[in-house]
Amino acid sequence: MQIIKCENITLSYNKEKIVKDLSFDVIDGEYICIIGENGTGKSTLVKAILGLVNPESGKIKYSGVKQNEIGYISQTSAIADNFPASVYEIVLSGCLNRKVFMPFYSKKDKEKADYYINHLELDEIKKKTFSSLSGGQKQRVLLARALCATKKVLLLDEPTASLDPVATKEFYEIIYDLNRQHNITIITVSHDIDNSLKYADRIINLSKDSFKIYRPDELITKGDKNNV
Amino acid sequence: MFDLILEMFSYSFIIRAVIVGIMVSLCSALLGVPLVLKRYSMIGDGLSHVGFGALAVASAMNTAPLKIAIPIVVLAAFLLLRISNNSKIKGDSAIAVISTGSLAIGVIILSVSKGMNTDIYNYLFGSILAMSTEDVLLSVILSLVVLLIFILFYHRIFSVTLDETFAKATGIKVNVYNMILAALTAVTVVLGMRMMGAMLISALIIFPDVSSMNISYTYKGVTFFAIIISIFSLISGICVSYIFSLPTGASIVTINLLIYIVCSMIKRRN
Ligand SMILES: Nc1ncnc2c1ncn2[C@@H]1O[C@H](COP(=O)(O)OP(=O)(O)OP(=O)(O)O)[C@@H](O)[C@H]1O
Ligand SMILES: [Mg+2]
Repeated sequence: MQIIKCENITLSYNKEKIVKDLSFDVIDGEYICIIGENGTGKSTLVKAILGLVNPESGKIKYSGVKQNEIGYISQTSAIADNFPASVYEIVLSGCLNRKVFMPFYSKKDKEKADYYINHLELDEIKKKTFSSLSGGQKQRVLLARALCATKKVLLLDEPTASLDPVATKEFYEIIYDLNRQHNITIITVSHDIDNSLKYADRIINLSKDSFKIYRPDELITKGDKNNV
Repeated sequence: MFDLILEMFSYSFIIRAVIVGIMVSLCSALLGVPLVLKRYSMIGDGLSHVGFGALAVASAMNTAPLKIAIPIVVLAAFLLLRISNNSKIKGDSAIAVISTGSLAIGVIILSVSKGMNTDIYNYLFGSILAMSTEDVLLSVILSLVVLLIFILFYHRIFSVTLDETFAKATGIKVNVYNMILAALTAVTVVLGMRMMGAMLISALIIFPDVSSMNISYTYKGVTFFAIIISIFSLISGICVSYIFSLPTGASIVTINLLIYIVCSMIKRRN
């Protein structure tokens, strides 16, 4: 089942076209990787899918997925330095998007936050203030928050950029596990070609003025992995 | 000194000031946390000047001040919010234009209609004598409404303050909560204005929060200490102003300033 449909979208900033006439569908449970050089519009595409930037033309349609069933990690954290908030407060705030009338967190919300805090090995720093954490720790906190917000789709914009190799591997395994075990659709931006090929069902390769969409096996059999 | 404080509380105007003051301090301390963190403190300042203009209009028309000032200032809050969210306009200077403009118009209205400088002084720097029993009742009810709404939206306001992009991306109605925050701020500014004065009310929103950010590093902690600091400086400010015959608003702000200095020294130490 197609849950997101991008029809001939053109994305631009101040009339400068970044992505031209891109069409693709996202199928429920798919793992999609967006790759491409710096400045080719990967982050812009993710923002368009989230409704943070409006396409200049074309349409993005959702079916069977609502905005409040989506989790997101942006490329650069929008959290101000010195913002006084604990890890727990931040992770828990991911649970807010699906609460309609309830003003306070339920027991279930707290259990969910605790589950991901535990899952991502954040227990020891749960009470610490966010701004005092290392880059990798911050990234795991933001992942935990995004997971609390996710029910169907998770969009990740270069989530492993500040992680060490071990943490990167763990990160991919967590994401892959969510994808396979919990049927969460993953759309991730990455410069990590090897891992993209390993996990993704489909790859969207953006380049200046054009794009290609293919399956990892198509790329490997053609043997032009190095030309990506 | 103890006798003096006891004597002080035998005056009903002081009791009224303390009651309204505590309610307004509570509201402003709570609202101050997101306002300061979102860098919206300019809005609070701008609103107090608009409030001054609105009170001047009300006084010239001889009508109940709160009933005129609250709707005007709430509208102004929405306008200022739009301006500061719209990066294409130079936000700061647009806010300054609106706030100094209202201040100037207010001064002219007051001097034409009453011709009394004490009125202008009281509106600018506050007067503890300004409140009637009816005002107190209305102020208490309105502050309770502000508190209730703030508590109901506490977590959502936190989320929008922390990271607007994430909130928006995951389906939280960011604009709605920004508007709620602006409206609550507008009401609080108007309620606190007559005691603190147009020039000093925004200090009540900013000081307790920047002080507590020096001593706590979680959102809940900052909120908690802001409330304590705000109420402590209100009560001690009123006492100081009574004992030494000083203006009330300025005394409260001065105590806040002292607390701020102490808090930043505590931060240095750690
Ligand atoms: N807010 C903005 N206003 C104007 N232009 C922008 C804005 N954001 C991005 N751009 C431009 O759009 C183009 C695509 O940016 P984008 O951030 O989507 O690239 P990217 O593929 O994510 O790059 P990277 O790999 O460096 O993250 C760039 O040329 C950039 O200069
Ligand atoms: Mg990018």
